[in-house]
Amino acid sequence: MFLKRIALAGAISLLGSAAFAACSFENEVPIKSLSAGFEAWKAVTDAMAECGSFQAELDQEFRTKQPAAFEANPALYQIGGVSNGTITPLLNSGTIRPLDDLVAKYGQNLSPNQLIRVNGQIMAVAMMVNTQHLMYRSDILADLGIETPTSWDEIYAAAEKIKAAGVVDYPLGATMKSGWNIAQEFVNMYPGFGGDFFNDDNTAAVNSEAGLKALATMEKALEYTDPEVLVSDSTYVQQQFQQGKIAMANLWSSRAGAMNDAAESQVVGKVAMAAAPVAMEGGAPATTLWWDGIVIAKNISDEEADAAFRVAMEGLDAETVQGANEAAIWLVQGYEPTEIAAGAIATASANPAPPAYPSTTQMGLMHTALGNELPAFLTGERDAQATLEAIEEAYTISAREANVLE
Amino acid sequence: MKFKTFAAFVGPSIFMMLLFIAAPLLSVFIQSFQETITIQEQIEVETCTPGFVTQTCTTEIKTVPVLDDNGKTITETRWVGLQSYQNVLQMDKFWEAVGNGSWNDIMQIDFWKALRFTLSFTLLTLPLVIGVGLLIALTVNNAARSIRGPVIFVSLLPFIITPVIGSLSIYWLFVGDGILTSMMERWTGTNISMFAQAWTIEVLMYFYRVWHVAPFAFVIFYAGLQTVNMDTLESAVIDGASRWERLRHVIIPHLMPLIVFIALIHLMDCYRVFEEIVGFRSQAHVISLQWLTYDFMTPDDAGNRAISRASASAMLTMIGIVFLLILPLRRTWRDHKGSAH
Repeated sequence: MFLKRIALAGAISLLGSAAFAACSFENEVPIKSLSAGFEAWKAVTDAMAECGSFQAELDQEFRTKQPAAFEANPALYQIGGVSNGTITPLLNSGTIRPLDDLVAKYGQNLSPNQLIRVNGQIMAVAMMVNTQHLMYRSDILADLGIETPTSWDEIYAAAEKIKAAGVVDYPLGATMKSGWNIAQEFVNMYPGFGGDFFNDDNTAAVNSEAGLKALATMEKALEYTDPEVLVSDSTYVQQQFQQGKIAMANLWSSRAGAMNDAAESQVVGKVAMAAAPVAMEGGAPATTLWWDGIVIAKNISDEEADAAFRVAMEGLDAETVQGANEAAIWLVQGYEPTEIAAGAIATASANPAPPAYPSTTQMGLMHTALGNELPAFLTGERDAQATLEAIEEAYTISAREANVLE
Repeated sequence: MKFKTFAAFVGPSIFMMLLFIAAPLLSVFIQSFQETITIQEQIEVETCTPGFVTQTCTTEIKTVPVLDDNGKTITETRWVGLQSYQNVLQMDKFWEAVGNGSWNDIMQIDFWKALRFTLSFTLLTLPLVIGVGLLIALTVNNAARSIRGPVIFVSLLPFIITPVIGSLSIYWLFVGDGILTSMMERWTGTNISMFAQAWTIEVLMYFYRVWHVAPFAFVIFYAGLQTVNMDTLESAVIDGASRWERLRHVIIPHLMPLIVFIALIHLMDCYRVFEEIVGFRSQAHVISLQWLTYDFMTPDDAGNRAISRASASAMLTMIGIVFLLILPLRRTWRDHKGSAH
């Protein structure tokens, strides 16, 4: 009896949540999606769910699950959420389908800027851009009479003043958690000094003048950050900001919205955004450009692909964006850039512009090598030259195994 | 027992052991001598990236896998002998560092760094776990009967907590402005950063592991204490043996097989230390052998993973465990043979 009642209550609550109102059609083909789990994806998948028969999995481990799930036949998910960093294995193994016909059929609202073309074929539809930008406490900088820093030298000069004034625990925040995060910091800094990651024959090229400069600049940050910076990732830095512990950080633009979330932030309205600082005079901002978007699996029936794409288009419409305007720098029509987008837009439209994060097999290997070898430099166990050599060695071993060398 | 009956009873478990232990082990063993490479080709690819206003398209030469007619990547498996072991052990760099007499250089090679930590972690926590476990057991055994139940219950709690959750909670207690760090900062008046240097992280790890495993040792020892021969103990008291002498000459020899048993289990468990590394996010300062294998296995954003090196590293871990277990196993074997006669 009791069980029955619970089952009934469950069924009714399910009915309640499935409001088909906002979707222009009623979807009857079961569709599943797998994507990252940040705010923008939540908004998009919630909008997709309004069409019915839709199940979203928001998982920060999506990058390890996706390649195998899409390789299965039939694929375990119809829709995948990817970025230019994580689309590589899917493109390499050919498990996502070209979307040209679907875009022609249902993609009237898409702008050409959203269509990710690889060799002329549309392989993904982008929904937002992401990049690092300089987030700073405008009140603190104004109090101390500091101009908005535009280069890393100016950042450190400002940090010195803030440290002397003692208004926050640490002047700087940084995403230097060992592994992916710290590698990304180097990937931002190194091209900013004009460095190339690879030679033409795919061998590593980080052991260079630019590499030494990038390491020196990263090391300098340690004077102004939390001593535990080697365990701090984006969420940690975001929280440090929200709790008023730091004054500046070069952080993902997708984290900007959280600063004005009164429910969890003590610094609402006090954090301003500017372009990512340049590493050297006249150079591009020391950051990389990213996009996030959707792909459709190849190993599914055309009917499923059709339904999946229609559902996805519902998720990427103006209505979604208007409901979650601050969650991302949207590429979708209907987006109204607010103040918190100013930094990211300034970064992306800088001249010279920062490079897009390269989606190649080699870059994946290099990223791992960087993530494993950089911490020893920042803990002081190894000097800069030896670290760059170690990175090249680690890359060479894994590149041989992956057969991208020779 | 008839052979048929014997086989019917033992058969299923032998089958399971072959299927779930021997076969995977064999496959890892084989894979550690193999390398599976994907056939790649270089092609010119035009990729477009959205900017905020317009797209930028770049044409570049990319190395991409070749797909066959069914749309699958073409792979080729080849024997590479001990190459993967060499890639993990990096013996040339190791000997060079030994030649320079530089401990720091040896610690720059991932495998040796991980081995150093794994061994010190295993060997340092072993006496602590046995000591603390015995201490709790003796305390509980001497406690008044009425409070024994609750005391046993409370002392068992740490063992029930899943290691990942346990290490995560320790992490959140001690990180940056965690509750305990804040309290210590208030007492001492200095800024404390437990996760900023290797040694404090290691101390926390030792502390956590002993806290987590000591209850297991305690339960085993407590059961053992119930079987101590009271006659011997009483005659020792009459002979004027002190508390310490009774412990030293009666109780500990009686518990010796259990101590060896705990040591055996602990060595096996501890050599696989992994949860602490993940929970404490200590990769920048301290890594373990098991974490190294995991790191090789984890695919990067481009989907690459080092399966051969992971297999080699897993085999090396197994060899390490076997070495560690030889001593206690020989002792058990001798005791076993002794008691049979």
